[in-house]
Amino acid sequence: MEDNKVIEVKGLTKMFGDFTAVNAITFDVKKGEIFGFLGANGAGKTTAMKMLIGISKPTAGEAKVAGFDVASEAEDIKKNIGYMSQKFALYDDLTVKENITFFGGIYGLTRARIKEKTNELIEELGLQHHTDKLVGSLPLGWKQKIAFSVSLLHEPKIVFLDEPTGGVDPITRRQFWEMIYKSANKGTTIFVTTHYMDEAEYCDRVSIMVNGKVEALDTPKRLKEQFNAETMNDVFLKLARG
Amino acid sequence: MSIVVDAISKSYKSLKALNNISFDVKESELFGLIGPDGAGKTTLFRVLVTLLFADEGKATVAGFDLVKDYKTIRESVGYMPGKFSLYQDLTVEENLKFFATIFGTTIEENYELIEDIYVQIEPFKNRRAGKLSGGMKQKLALCCALIHKPTVLFLDEPTTGVDPVSRKEFWDMIKRLQLKGITILVSTPYMDEAALCDRIALIQDGNILQIDTPAAIIKKYPKLIYNVRADNMYQLIQSLKLYEHSHSVYPFGEFVHYTDKRTNFNPDHLKLYLTEKLLSNITVEITEPTIEDAFMELAK
Repeated sequence: MEDNKVIEVKGLTKMFGDFTAVNAITFDVKKGEIFGFLGANGAGKTTAMKMLIGISKPTAGEAKVAGFDVASEAEDIKKNIGYMSQKFALYDDLTVKENITFFGGIYGLTRARIKEKTNELIEELGLQHHTDKLVGSLPLGWKQKIAFSVSLLHEPKIVFLDEPTGGVDPITRRQFWEMIYKSANKGTTIFVTTHYMDEAEYCDRVSIMVNGKVEALDTPKRLKEQFNAETMNDVFLKLARG
Repeated sequence: MSIVVDAISKSYKSLKALNNISFDVKESELFGLIGPDGAGKTTLFRVLVTLLFADEGKATVAGFDLVKDYKTIRESVGYMPGKFSLYQDLTVEENLKFFATIFGTTIEENYELIEDIYVQIEPFKNRRAGKLSGGMKQKLALCCALIHKPTVLFLDEPTTGVDPVSRKEFWDMIKRLQLKGITILVSTPYMDEAALCDRIALIQDGNILQIDTPAAIIKKYPKLIYNVRADNMYQLIQSLKLYEHSHSVYPFGEFVHYTDKRTNFNPDHLKLYLTEKLLSNITVEITEPTIEDAFMELAK
């Protein structure tokens, strides 16, 4: 694997019976890149992502994530990536501090390291007065910011974000993206799905899946030129409508 | 007036979900409640469809009082909750029949109203609702909410988590229903959908920030907004935030929306400052505010 490629996907395919959910997709993601993974509902995004994070075996093709093969080294992948989704990220019944300790433990951090990381994270998010609050009592935007920081606790090379900002208020949504920029700037690769097309513009490169295939992949600027569109929203509508 | 909300408040323990909310919706108006998760949108819907008592205030829906005439209201409104609430084990057709029967009508009687939506899911009429795709579930839920020909339709976040293509289709359907004379109250966290409503209320933390037409809300925006661009987005945002004269700095797609504290702002000075910060390919151009800009300014 070349040093600067964090994800390498070649002909990755997943079938459920006769149905081809992901149809021979091929792409690379570089170190420190913010990679937008878009597609209509049912286009195969979630299935593709499940294979990349090592929880679903490909039917055909291959993929390497953080240097590990998704089919034969799934456990290594899980240890070396961060993951957060809109639906599940933190335990509502645990406090902010307990969540951090729990996930730190899961990722095998030492107690000293967890303590250090907890302080760092709390300070960065300005949560000094909220460490003992139950996560369930916090506004969604806060939760998502904490969840993102928690997904980075073990300093993974790459973090997968599945619709991290759905329903989050516009100001917090932007703060969230500033956090994304910051970690990308430090060299963390970001793999993100979203339904907000303005967020697609924040990505270095964007892929758009249609019916199981990657139908477009480029920088937002070049995609807009290619499809003769003003915004990524127009690009998306032109492509996904066929 | 189709909906009159008068000083409604509702709390859950110490959390004030709705704080003295008042607004009117006219006959066959498409009125949008625009706000993020936790703004109070769902609580307001549940109060207005008589599933939840308000702590204070009163309201009428289709001319009927929320408390006194709750049974009449239930017959007059259609309600599509944010969470899919149909029977997963019944087929598409069985669900629709069930709702028609409950309301003392038949599919045939009001078929004209749902026809252009129902034909899209008819090929799957024998499939169980639980086995439908997200977009199909939504269309079925809308049919079920319409089958008794309501005069007022409540749609709670019908497009949340839905891709842009299906969102556009859904809004086309809503517009067609409005043309048939139905009053529609719709909520959404997507600010770009606000422009599709006749009037909107911007709502956050249980408070209404502003009520008006989308155009008027944009017109009232108090500042000049500039699109700023440079090669390194992260450095650009950081530098703009550190600029002593900055009022607001928000990334907006490929640009950053920037407003300045001064009235005599000169873009060239900002360019110079950004050049000193070692940014390259800098552009600063005036642009039009959006509903999202207005929301953020009000919520600040």
